[in-house]
Amino acid sequence: MHELSIAISMIDQIMEESDHRGGLDVEAVHLRLGVFSGVDKDALLFAYELACEGSPLAGSRLVIETIPLVIYCEACGQNRTPPSVYQLSCPECGTPGQKIVTGREIEVASLEVAA
Amino acid sequence: MTTRMVEVRAKVMKQNDLLARALRERFRSQGTYVVGLVSSPGSGKTAFLEKLIAGLARDCRVAALVGDLATENDAARLRRATPNVKQITTGTICHLDAQMVEKALETWRLDRIDFLFIENVGNLVCPSNYDLGEELRLVLLSATEGEDKPLKYPTIFNNSDVAIITKMDLAEAAEFDLAAARRNIESVHPGMQILEVSAKTGLGMQAVFDLLHARAFSSTF
Repeated sequence: MHELSIAISMIDQIMEESDHRGGLDVEAVHLRLGVFSGVDKDALLFAYELACEGSPLAGSRLVIETIPLVIYCEACGQNRTPPSVYQLSCPECGTPGQKIVTGREIEVASLEVAA
Repeated sequence: MTTRMVEVRAKVMKQNDLLARALRERFRSQGTYVVGLVSSPGSGKTAFLEKLIAGLARDCRVAALVGDLATENDAARLRRATPNVKQITTGTICHLDAQMVEKALETWRLDRIDFLFIENVGNLVCPSNYDLGEELRLVLLSATEGEDKPLKYPTIFNNSDVAIITKMDLAEAAEFDLAAARRNIESVHPGMQILEVSAKTGLGMQAVFDLLHARAFSSTF
């Protein structure tokens, strides 16, 4: 389970952001998580809570926005949503898609802080 | 109590990615071609690497970093092929990261190494998020594991460069469907190069040597 390592990296980054801005009272963390990131959402939620214990982020909520897998279809010249994460081809013309547009994100989008 | 939103837009893997990028630049400037290996446990990574190192060591300087949760067994096996082997024991951590690689390299002279192999912890999930600064990532799939592994672990097959199907000498006994395996790899990583090998019989190993030589000594590197 590498979600704990990911959660610890997240906390480090949030603390860095917080320090940059003179210290934030973080109530919630909004994360963009791609379905093709290799990170499990539930495992990350669990790991986050655990990793926050004893840190200034203890008690903060983790809100995860799931980002779908989108590939670029060379044949259609369009972004397409493939049939599944294990079939990277265009649903319209069937051309295999080598270019991933979204789906790999593990990104802290924003922080909800006490005003 | 009122709250306000603060835009951050920060990649969680940023720190590892930055360190991996610095490592990659260092490897390139020292002329060291670095190959990462990922696979599930028991896919024959160490046997494959042993043969690979022994073959390359005839005319190149080869070194290996070996990640493992515990034990030095893999490193001891690889030392039969080259003395330049270092074990990274990760304890409970299920993957290598760029920092572990950087630390393990501290005492090595990279300018005296042509090929460096980094054998990750046997795991098809966790290593996929961690760039180690390697130039080429091989994902191994053994004929005895079944042909649907790529569909179960699409992320790591997608972000590796070449797929190596190992233990081909056992393919028949395991009723391994090679065409289905190739189809599944193609499905999660269109256009991926696939090589079939048997470390035991030596089948297909020449193609791997050729690939590594071509990549390492090509003008793009």
